[in-house]
Amino acid sequence: MPMIKVENLTKRYAGFTAINDLSFEVEKGEIVGFLGPNGAGKSTTMRILSSYMPATSGRASIAGFDVFAQSLQARQHLGYMPENVPLYTEMRVTEYLNYRAALKEITGRRQRERVGDVKELCNLKEMENRIIGTLSKGYRQRVGLADALLHSPDLLILDEPTIGLDPNQIRQVRELIRNLGRHHTILLSTHILSEVEMTCSRVVIINKGKIEAADTPENLVNDMRAAGGIRFEAQTGADDGAAELGKIAGVKEVSVETEEAWSVFTLRTDSQSDPREEIWRLATDRHWTVRELSRRRATLEDVFVEMTLDDDEA
Amino acid sequence: MTKFLTLLSREIKSYFYSPIAYIVLCFFLLLTGFCFYSSVTYLSRGATELTIIEAFFNSVPFWIGFILIFPPITMRVYAEEFKLGTIETLMTAPVRDWQVVLSKFGGALAFYIVLWLPTLLYFVTFEHVVKTDAANAIGAYWGSYLMVLMIGMLFISLGCFASVLTQNQMVAAVISLSLITLFFFGGLLAFFTPNVSPAFRMATGYFSTLEHMGEFSKGLIDSRRFVFYLSGTLLMLGLTHQVFQYRRWKS
Repeated sequence: MPMIKVENLTKRYAGFTAINDLSFEVEKGEIVGFLGPNGAGKSTTMRILSSYMPATSGRASIAGFDVFAQSLQARQHLGYMPENVPLYTEMRVTEYLNYRAALKEITGRRQRERVGDVKELCNLKEMENRIIGTLSKGYRQRVGLADALLHSPDLLILDEPTIGLDPNQIRQVRELIRNLGRHHTILLSTHILSEVEMTCSRVVIINKGKIEAADTPENLVNDMRAAGGIRFEAQTGADDGAAELGKIAGVKEVSVETEEAWSVFTLRTDSQSDPREEIWRLATDRHWTVRELSRRRATLEDVFVEMTLDDDEA
Repeated sequence: MTKFLTLLSREIKSYFYSPIAYIVLCFFLLLTGFCFYSSVTYLSRGATELTIIEAFFNSVPFWIGFILIFPPITMRVYAEEFKLGTIETLMTAPVRDWQVVLSKFGGALAFYIVLWLPTLLYFVTFEHVVKTDAANAIGAYWGSYLMVLMIGMLFISLGCFASVLTQNQMVAAVISLSLITLFFFGGLLAFFTPNVSPAFRMATGYFSTLEHMGEFSKGLIDSRRFVFYLSGTLLMLGLTHQVFQYRRWKS
């Protein structure tokens, strides 16, 4: 049984369709990155999954419980951290976590244990008596995450968990998410693509309410049309470097720029081929002086831009 | 049930986190103190049929202040949650909508009761100092405070309804004040227009809080009033529940 099952989910507001006929599944144990430009429908999907609002049509279930018809059970299996982490700013950290624990039916000794555990896990110990309103963005984020973890849910849904954090905090949160991934299934949305490449085992890219792609980050990158390029800097003397390089199998396009005495070639290649060895051989045969030969791999960012940019913008 | 109590206790506590609670408390104590003072002055002028309870609960400054305390009590209950977005964290916890609606109502009502408790002291002190009964019978005590409770329930549910309509607390305050004022003065129409049919007079009398308070503070406890205030409260809570769902589903 998949942890999340979304079938033909559609949400229409007056006048526009936020998500349109969305279907995907998330298996137990996966960390799935949910990507898309602003307004693509990520938050809408997450809000439907968290039972905050119903879909116009279609079905979604969490751990086998329908998010609408069996919403209470579904919510018990889910830890959800909304975008921007709204919290009661006038409460103290421990007080807030105790309150949230009680709402999730964790009481008595277990409450003390769980609240202690999540404070430990999210590094909130030294802030436990602070009023939430006085905490920095990074700590608030951790309070939100601690709250989502209180009832040790099978599934975590995190809407932009690293937005507004500084690089150190992002690194900490990423580390935390990766650790959590050992025991929880995680669906997270983000704009920071390098993060997805580092943490997620699978990626779902949505644009304008529709799924554009769903695969592992590696496969997505490998399937890219403009899979990558090669940068080659050399002094070719009297030879026409561009013409020679263009003859090599797998090279689709060569462009040249001159930097003082050096020619800088940028080669576009097929997604599968890596003609660097042949370039090297060519260079030694012709006695070219080489100062750089490197391959630029396509990143998830390239995939993202290609899939989500409008055709007229591209 | 534990969830409801958790929600309720947060609602009650949340009043005391903000300065509004203390301002309302001070204002209300000043107002009731002034009312009590003027009632005592009025009684000391000479023989009258009124007891101190009747004089206190039926004076003009009492009613003006009474109407004014509801908007600050209820304006934030939903509006603030919508504004801060905490409604999303709240409603994605395993709680039911009606538990939230009832806890918000219950929290406001509890704060309202806290406001009223000190006024009991006035009458105890009065009896002790003046060596006269504050009321003709124990029923007048019960009647007055029951009526205070029932009007409070209805007006608080109106205030909660106003708050669920918007995410702006000021707007919520203005809507609830308008609703309460309309309701209160609607019941007084018959007083302002003397040449009306008895049917009209009866109709307005049915929802005239002023008349009801008059009866109850004499100790005339009329079950029709219970039906009226309790069903009105339930209606408003039901509407609040509907709008609450509708707003989340639209957002």
